[in-house]
Amino acid sequence: MSKYRNNPAAVRALVRETEVHKDAYIDQEVFDLEMEQVFTNSWVYVGHASQIPNKGDYYTTTVGDQPVVMVRHSDDSIKVLHNRCPHKGVKVAGEGCGNTGKFFRCPYHAWTFKTDGSLLSIPLKNGYTDTGFESCEASHGMAAVKNVQVYRDFVFCRLANEGISFEEFFGDSLTTIDNMVDRSPVGKLEVAGGVLRYINNCNWKMLVDNQTDTCHPMVAHESSAGTAVDVWKRAPEGTPKPMAVELFAPFASPYEFFEKMGIRVWPNGHGHTGVSDSIHADYSAIPDYWEAMVANYGEDRAKQILGECRHNTVYFPNMTMKGPIQAMRVFKPLGPGKTLVESWTFRLVGAPDILLERTLMYTRLINAPTSVVAHDDTEMYERAQEVLHSRGRDWVNLQRLYDGSEQPDVSTVTNGTNEWQMRNQMRAWVKFMGPAAKAE
Amino acid sequence: MNTLTEKTVLDFVYAEARMLDEQRFDDWLQLFTDDGYYWMPLTHNQPDPRLHTSLLYEDKLLLQVRIERLHGKRTFSQQPHSRSHHLLQLPTVESMDAAKGEAVVRTAFHYVETRVDEQQLYAGWVTHTLVMQDGVLKIKLKKVELVNCDAAFGNIQLFM
Ligand code: FES
Ligand SMILES: [Fe+2]
Repeated sequence: MSKYRNNPAAVRALVRETEVHKDAYIDQEVFDLEMEQVFTNSWVYVGHASQIPNKGDYYTTTVGDQPVVMVRHSDDSIKVLHNRCPHKGVKVAGEGCGNTGKFFRCPYHAWTFKTDGSLLSIPLKNGYTDTGFESCEASHGMAAVKNVQVYRDFVFCRLANEGISFEEFFGDSLTTIDNMVDRSPVGKLEVAGGVLRYINNCNWKMLVDNQTDTCHPMVAHESSAGTAVDVWKRAPEGTPKPMAVELFAPFASPYEFFEKMGIRVWPNGHGHTGVSDSIHADYSAIPDYWEAMVANYGEDRAKQILGECRHNTVYFPNMTMKGPIQAMRVFKPLGPGKTLVESWTFRLVGAPDILLERTLMYTRLINAPTSVVAHDDTEMYERAQEVLHSRGRDWVNLQRLYDGSEQPDVSTVTNGTNEWQMRNQMRAWVKFMGPAAKAE
Repeated sequence: MNTLTEKTVLDFVYAEARMLDEQRFDDWLQLFTDDGYYWMPLTHNQPDPRLHTSLLYEDKLLLQVRIERLHGKRTFSQQPHSRSHHLLQLPTVESMDAAKGEAVVRTAFHYVETRVDEQQLYAGWVTHTLVMQDGVLKIKLKKVELVNCDAAFGNIQLFM
């Protein structure tokens, strides 16, 4: 007898107005339902168009627990295919990225597929005549994901054939992507600098939750940001402030700073910290960059673009973006207690190299497996994962600054230490659990 | 006063690893020149630490932050502390210019980092670019190339 499968009332009961039950983080059955529902009914980030500029270029990844390959088709459109041979189930496109030419060729028995997934050829094809092959699913080739949307080169897909539209799902939250792209003097981004991959032994939702957790930096990051500031204070007078200190220091900001910077929530679980100010607001100007921006946008528009200093934007369910530093993280769920964190970085096409250098330094200092900031975050997630099954308490609390009038799926701006965005994510979680959590 | 010979270079490499395993981090940092770097590339044969990211690329100031943090009262990821163990193969001197006081030496290693019940094994090659400064041998660049540099890792908290 399963506790959560075929028991929508039990799944619904995991999320209260301001509390989440521990099973949402530790239970295998809940995790399986998330993969089947939340990561299927939502629009999930797949990859960036700059990773596959030419026809036949491909990139393999996962959407939830589903292996997929994103490929540039012969008509230049981007396709997302389930990366599984319809013959005997072998992974067709190998690890990572490459160019497959006009078709994919399965390495086991050489069935070939066009880059839209359709079956192209089978060796000794006449072995299938009069076998009823046409009525088998194998004859349709690799399964293509029907709903793929490319927004300013960011590729998303919805695995479910039917469901919420891209526009309705993201709404105004797309302004964060807009702002990051607009920061390029020519309005174009390229994936650049490699991807940092980090294993955290915790539930993926803890990482998403942490993105708008503004009451932890001054506590958990005292050891890193605080120490960086101390070491810097001892430098001989007149030493120019190193870029690294400029990147570290804001993590040690006091509560008031985070309260004032504000949080914005959007429908469907999206939201961001850093409305009026943020940890990215005070970086030094980069020579020649401003001039390039003004040349393309004019002074007013350039000011407007660079004046937007959003900190973390959460794209529900599992992608987060930092526009002002051109970094993005994808939290890939591997199990209830295991998540792969990928840190992607972007070059602002037309901007000086030093911006990319700063972006790379930021993700290395803050998000790498060697990062002294990440070490303390990860310690917290892993400590939680280790003891959440405790019978001493059953609920995770997300109550801060809750007032009874809070409505689901609204756009609003609130105090920067409000846990509204965390509640917003969990409400979206129930919503996109779909039938698995639906009221009768 | 040291003179640059194969023996002084090899002794230096062994002594440096031992310093790390004995957690004499303040002494270890003094082994670096003021413009010294510690570099762990993210990809094989990565030419550039600036426009390609790395697992680690830190100057003396950042290494100082790292070391001071390790001892901090509120360094939660080091409560309890990690420990390390280096196993080095016989280093090879790749190049040496005794007159200029410069040497490059390469050492294959196995490195173990432990914390409580967890033990992680890493394997790779370390290349030291050493320079003689006022009669003392110093590290200008310590480059640590892991055989699986592009793998997904958990926390790496000490120095390889
Ligand atoms: S498994 Fe792919 S061709 Fe046979
Ligand atoms: Fe943090």
